[in-house]
Amino acid sequence: MASTIRTIHEQLISKERSAVEITTETLARIEQLEPQLHSFLHVTAESALAQAEAVDAQIAAGEAIVPLAGVPIAIKDNLCTTGIPTTCGSRILENFVPPYESTVTQKLKDAGAVIIGKTNMDEFAMGSSTENSGYGRTCNPWDFDRVPGGSSGGSAAAVAADECAIALGSDTGGSIRQPASLCGVVGMKPTYGLVSRFGLVAYASSLDQIGPLARSVEDAAILLAAIAGYDPKDSTSIKVEIPNYAQNLQPNFRPKAKLRIGIIQETFGSGLDEAVNTAVRAAVEVLQELGAEIQVVSCPRFGYGLPAYYIIAPSEASANLARYDAVKYGVRVEEPENLLDMYKRTRAQGFGTEVKRRIMLGTYALSAGYYDAYYLKAQKVRTLIKQDFDAAFEKVDILISPTSPTTAFTAGEKTDDPLSMYLSDLMTIPVNLAGLPAISVPCGFDRQGLPIGMHLISKVLREDLLLQVAHAYEQATQWHRQQPQLL
Amino acid sequence: MAAIDQSEVHKVADLARLALSPEEEKTFAGQLSSILDYFEQLSELDTTDVEPTTRAIELSNITRADERKTGVEPAAMLEIAPEPDGEFFRVPQILADAE
Repeated sequence: MASTIRTIHEQLISKERSAVEITTETLARIEQLEPQLHSFLHVTAESALAQAEAVDAQIAAGEAIVPLAGVPIAIKDNLCTTGIPTTCGSRILENFVPPYESTVTQKLKDAGAVIIGKTNMDEFAMGSSTENSGYGRTCNPWDFDRVPGGSSGGSAAAVAADECAIALGSDTGGSIRQPASLCGVVGMKPTYGLVSRFGLVAYASSLDQIGPLARSVEDAAILLAAIAGYDPKDSTSIKVEIPNYAQNLQPNFRPKAKLRIGIIQETFGSGLDEAVNTAVRAAVEVLQELGAEIQVVSCPRFGYGLPAYYIIAPSEASANLARYDAVKYGVRVEEPENLLDMYKRTRAQGFGTEVKRRIMLGTYALSAGYYDAYYLKAQKVRTLIKQDFDAAFEKVDILISPTSPTTAFTAGEKTDDPLSMYLSDLMTIPVNLAGLPAISVPCGFDRQGLPIGMHLISKVLREDLLLQVAHAYEQATQWHRQQPQLL
Repeated sequence: MAAIDQSEVHKVADLARLALSPEEEKTFAGQLSSILDYFEQLSELDTTDVEPTTRAIELSNITRADERKTGVEPAAMLEIAPEPDGEFFRVPQILADAE
């Protein structure tokens, strides 16, 4: 069993292991695994060891340390880290070393967490398999021929392969939860606005949210509490008290008020792997045995989330990615003839196919004559999807669906058919459109031994409840204890 | 209404400041057409009198005191620029030479 935040913390304060020892061992494992796995784009050995030494010095001086101190953490490469390359998986940012720090990584540094490296991702977080990275694909630790999911595939694979204890990802349409599901780890998307997006390279600003990936719900809860909170640097940041999520977790789940759980009927239809169907239904039975009241609920417009998302997200992306103009930072094409030629050739060479496709889609959807038919229509559908969730949450406290309709697919299987790739986010996208928090927890394996995830959704800002339910389920099962055999 | 041909792809690429190759334009014409076809299902939903949602969570305007603060140092920004020139970012010629 790989280390959790709690075991690392206990080892550090009892002086059984030092932070430098833990970091050194982690770096050695990364060095062994990376030639095959490729979870990381940059490993920051030097600064990681320096941070570990600082934590050891604190311990030696008898100072108290917080749970995250000395814990190796991997960061998705779309979070700006001062002095450390931040490429977003894109060739256009190949040479970009940010002169400022994202709020979340600053908080982690302040807590003494050891940033071990930056993880691979689909370029600009656009993708569901990490195959859209400009720097090669990441393998799924359970089967190297398969994808880890995406876009936070590097973070999910690194956590699953024990190349770090925990990781940060970002989730615009499922980019934390889907790879968590495909790699057999816990992944959470918090309420929109709970975690500051300052220093997160923007993809679709009305949907993007940063969140934790971990091997246990408790670790996800500790990491979430560390990164959440109001930040004046993010104008969409919510001013709200952050509960001590981890302290609220109960080893036994015996709620005083009856917990009502709703199964989203529309997510158990056609296109769902039989193994996924069986595993998630079995997981629901476990929750029932734990005392939850189960009912089937309908979100009739749920399925329209996918087309709405693929209008809204590319539209926002086409505006956000206009900033890559080769003027102030990033790559610039050689010997441009004039300004326009510089823009057009730099962007054509620097962006990969999926990014270009989404910029094109967004530009088209926003262009004169099409705006009402596509963008405005999609925003109205977004309202209908929110209404479906509101109605469902009148009846229940938690909603459940599979995280992904399938287990990890083979690399190359969907790269030529963008629509079939988009479909792997069917279950997770509506949650982003409504701004809700959701978590994926391991709930079984298919016949090939590939992990399956259960997707739990709550009302806005009920991360506390979401984590409690996920934790209770996890403690009642053994799925999260299974790890891929790698070395 | 969805079919989008190569000339329209070329026009959109121009708006998006992307110099696509003719092969890319051809591939995108096919792919974007099928994606736009897929979007057609949204017309099944009646959205008359439905207000659009522009953001996930409604927040009121956030303001701050108008005080001067140091952000990123200009020197640090210039250091990562493709072609810094003193205090400036150099770009290729924008206007044509006067005849």
